[in-house]
Amino acid sequence: MNRFTVITSLFSMALVTPACSRKAAAPAELKPTAFGAALVESSGGKQVTAVGATLPQPIVIQVNDEQGNGIAGALVELSGPTGVHFDPATGVTDTNGQVTVNVSLGSMAGRYQITATTLNKKQHPVILKVEEIALSYQQVLGRELADLYCDRCHNPESTPERVSNYDNLDVKPHAFTEGDMLNKISDADLVAIVSHGGPALNKSPLMPPYGYTLGKSDIQALIAYIRAVSDPPYHSTGSVYAKNQ
Amino acid sequence: MTLKEKAACLWRLLFGDSVRAFGVVSLLLLISLAIAPLKNHLSEWRHYQKSYLRMIRGRGDAVTLERHFQGDVQQIWLPELGVVDRCTTCHVAQKEATLEDVSTQPFRKHPVIPHRVDQFGCVMCHRGQGPATTFEEAHSSSLAWEEPILPAKFIESSCGQCHRDSPPGTPQLNLGRQLLARYDCVNCHTLKLTEGSILKGTTDAPSLSHIADKTTREWIYAWLKDPEAYAASATMPNFKLTDADARDMSAFLIANSTPVAGDMLTVSQKAASDPAAGPSLYGESFCASCHAMQNAAGNLVGGDIGPELTRVGNKVKPEWLQAWLRNPRVYDANTAMPHYRFNDQQIATLSGFLLAKSDSDLLAKVHLDQATPEQIVHGKRLVIDYGCASCHEIGGIKKPEDFAPELSRIGSKPVNQLIFLERMSHTLPEYIAGKIRNPRAFSPGLKMPQYHFSATEVDALTTALLSFNERSHNLPPALAVAALPESSYEPAGKAGQLMRDLACFSCHRINGRGGDMAPDLTWEGSSVQRAWLQEFLRNPNTLRPALIRRMPKFNFTDSEINELTDYIMTVYQSPMLDRDSMPLTGYSAAQVERGKQLFYSKFACQSCHIVDAKTDKGYIGPSLSLVGTRLNAAWIYGWLKNPQVLRPGTIEPNRNMADEDARALTAYLMSLKGSGKQEAKK
Repeated sequence: MNRFTVITSLFSMALVTPACSRKAAAPAELKPTAFGAALVESSGGKQVTAVGATLPQPIVIQVNDEQGNGIAGALVELSGPTGVHFDPATGVTDTNGQVTVNVSLGSMAGRYQITATTLNKKQHPVILKVEEIALSYQQVLGRELADLYCDRCHNPESTPERVSNYDNLDVKPHAFTEGDMLNKISDADLVAIVSHGGPALNKSPLMPPYGYTLGKSDIQALIAYIRAVSDPPYHSTGSVYAKNQ
Repeated sequence: MTLKEKAACLWRLLFGDSVRAFGVVSLLLLISLAIAPLKNHLSEWRHYQKSYLRMIRGRGDAVTLERHFQGDVQQIWLPELGVVDRCTTCHVAQKEATLEDVSTQPFRKHPVIPHRVDQFGCVMCHRGQGPATTFEEAHSSSLAWEEPILPAKFIESSCGQCHRDSPPGTPQLNLGRQLLARYDCVNCHTLKLTEGSILKGTTDAPSLSHIADKTTREWIYAWLKDPEAYAASATMPNFKLTDADARDMSAFLIANSTPVAGDMLTVSQKAASDPAAGPSLYGESFCASCHAMQNAAGNLVGGDIGPELTRVGNKVKPEWLQAWLRNPRVYDANTAMPHYRFNDQQIATLSGFLLAKSDSDLLAKVHLDQATPEQIVHGKRLVIDYGCASCHEIGGIKKPEDFAPELSRIGSKPVNQLIFLERMSHTLPEYIAGKIRNPRAFSPGLKMPQYHFSATEVDALTTALLSFNERSHNLPPALAVAALPESSYEPAGKAGQLMRDLACFSCHRINGRGGDMAPDLTWEGSSVQRAWLQEFLRNPNTLRPALIRRMPKFNFTDSEINELTDYIMTVYQSPMLDRDSMPLTGYSAAQVERGKQLFYSKFACQSCHIVDAKTDKGYIGPSLSLVGTRLNAAWIYGWLKNPQVLRPGTIEPNRNMADEDARALTAYLMSLKGSGKQEAKK
């Protein structure tokens, strides 16, 4: 009986071992061959995309030495809140000292802080934080509307496809990222400006009314988008309740 | 005491006499009866509900939240949709607007969407197992369930189950569907929207029946080997052909080609001597509206309706190019390229400019010997095997039917029918994305070629494909939102022929057919004045200073201009307004002055439009400095009253203008006829 137990356990171990080893066959662990002094965001920060979606541009992070030159062979690890997915999550810098990572954000709308870490020569971690924004359905709709109706004036940057009208206006419109200004305006006031134009709040008539062109839910969506991309972030004052003692 | 003795002792203790035995058995029975209520009491969903109540206890809005809270298992039952969803048993707070700040699941508030959860349930959009009441069974990322929760990344695919049009809130789904059509995925894979309606490709791949007139076998070889080496923007995928296969296929395509009369031409005129003439003619003709070219910095500049021209000199034969520039319809009757009516010198100049666009490395290494008959036969075999005729017309080869697996229900494909790659997570979206990214990784023998999509494009395509599922085919008909049908409108008569020759529909939309690059012309006849239209066709000057894509100048004859003008002015009239109901002139000076004041102060039109180029800078709408000679007064009035009625989707906001304001503004705008010089010219 004793022998039987030994044989069965051996047999089951033989069965289990390949299954385990397959699981363990993760990609060969990356080893750094160099260590940097500083982490710099080369591109890819402050992007805006829908929840869960891959960022339109990858995040490119550069590892620099003390002189500020990129160094190859440094190991960069990325981490973020729940739901954020990195491809790849760890990388070794190329000859320019850069690591390129595709990032998809989690399923909740809001700001995602992504942390990149590398080790310096003393094996202390060097940390860089990059912020990305995920939009809910309503905010995505708002972005589409902003792109069609608002950005031509409210976005000072021109592209070949859409030349900005910003510089042509005597009273400068506020870019939707101007949180310092826009966060002070209440939702109700924003609805009024969008629906009835600038004069509704004693502002410039260069801002026309859109209340007869866009529906109520469209305007709500626009405001949700404006709040989502504002910098510094917008914090709703929320409703005030009498506290139960 | 041995083990046996211990057991005997225990037995005596419990069942020693009948009374004792009865008591013990009753006790056991009682305990076993308590198992079910205990399990219920300790169930997962009760645990969540209890922790929800604990969570809200300290909040200011606790009273309201507690009143809204309903205990026990909750269920949304929608028999006609096949929905039995108990998700709201644990997701108790999805309707609570005041829980905006809570980010822990399952107590998050549902983000704002245009539908009500009690009308559609949860699994319609999120998938998963509606009737389940434990986390694992409901979400089931485990492998046994057929419908695990859909990752948020692909959630727009659920919108696509019902919405076959392109709703503004689902950019990823819309992009995916566009890519399916643009890359002609649908030419090999059938994608049925509903019975009888299939998704159609939009890129009309060129016919290869007369290819030998157009290009050389060397170029075909290089193109087949790697389309992106020739043009970075190529929609043609890479079939990863061996040298011998590419050699044989190019041999067959050349041997199979038949000549077209008149598609080779050498103009006797010399190109203009000025070296800048070529680029400037290319610019003036707005070739870049449709064709892209790499600039010195390596960026692609231009549209994507026609093929990229960065290395066109490597591709086309000079005689073919000259004939094509003279009249493209000789070689391809259905091309999107307009017949420009270039004169011989322009043809020589433009073809000289284009032929110089070449890359000496591209064909340098291609040396092909005379093709043998066996190679040609083998090439034909390969052309059939790879399904080239699915996209290209090839003389003597029929378009294959059902060449690749139909994907109409791919979004419901059970995971156990899929073969995954190693280290791939076993979910359907991952599988689809993996197939799009690198199809041959699944088996080197597969025919599906290699595309080069960005991560965003792969997600978009996956989203679009996931929307083709069982549910999308079994919808109650009332729920389906149909796609806008592409109209088959054809303009009639001589003018219609002229419009086809000019490929107006490549840019303009008329009666629901055509491109969206240029203004919709459906009601152009109500909108513009006849004299302006004639002058514009003769010499189109831009109305919108910020546009980089503009109407090209065609060298029309007078009779052609009259033909087109007559047709547009008579046929393209809106039933909503009578263009003669308001006069073109004769407005009082006072009214004009009042209109001017309204223009600059109350309505601040100068933020988007230019009247006086010295002071106004508005860059969005068309210039209005000559609008009195361009538009009809009735159209202006109607437009001011409600622009979206006259041109749905226009970005000019509706100002809900009072009648007298609109009349004064019309009077002012009609007074803008430019300087006397223009008047004298007429």
